[in-house]
Amino acid sequence: MDGKAKLFEVTTRALSVDEVVGRLSDPANGAVIAFVGVVRNETDGRKVLYLEYEAYPEMAEPTLQQIGDEIRQRWKTVREVTIVHRVGRLDIGETSVVIAISAAHRSEVFDAVRYAIDRLKEIVPIWKKEVWTDGSEWRSEHA
Amino acid sequence: MKVTVRLFAAPREALGTGTVEQELPSGSTLQDLLDALLERFPTLRPYAPVCHFALNRCHTTCDPELHDGDEVALIPPVGGG
Repeated sequence: MDGKAKLFEVTTRALSVDEVVGRLSDPANGAVIAFVGVVRNETDGRKVLYLEYEAYPEMAEPTLQQIGDEIRQRWKTVREVTIVHRVGRLDIGETSVVIAISAAHRSEVFDAVRYAIDRLKEIVPIWKKEVWTDGSEWRSEHA
Repeated sequence: MKVTVRLFAAPREALGTGTVEQELPSGSTLQDLLDALLERFPTLRPYAPVCHFALNRCHTTCDPELHDGDEVALIPPVGGG
């Protein structure tokens, strides 16, 4: 990696939670909370074979950055935010997204992490196709 | 003038490509582009009512005038995470 890793990234590479958490480097951090999204083996009782994620990367990365900005405005004690989302074909058990947020103390970070994943699902131009044994569908909670 | 249209997810699959170029008379707006696209690609019609639009990578809710070289994206309901 050349110099500092990107804090807001869409990538086709496999995600490492340690590597993403390591992008938060402020020595004043006393707590880091990470959310890890993992591909599940069923949805609404249907067996999932794998997922396909697709992004509009030129817009998705700035939108992830926007979520980071929103968080720092709402939670003044938050020090750093990183959100890395993987795209392409992901098998069961693979990591689709890692969100890590740091602060001097833990208390406010929990709410900020929840806000980040909710907001990501709501506004970031990333799409998820579920492929089942008997079909497939692009899914959204905001149709 | 010519604009680039980016497609993703279900409408991209329906059309079989993620990028199309569209010629338009100068002075055309986003709505004119949509009308031209749906005329040219009827397969996109079911998706138009649920899509948002981004002009040069910013969400737009109005009907802006387009310019040569603009990039317009059809944004179906998102669902990352």
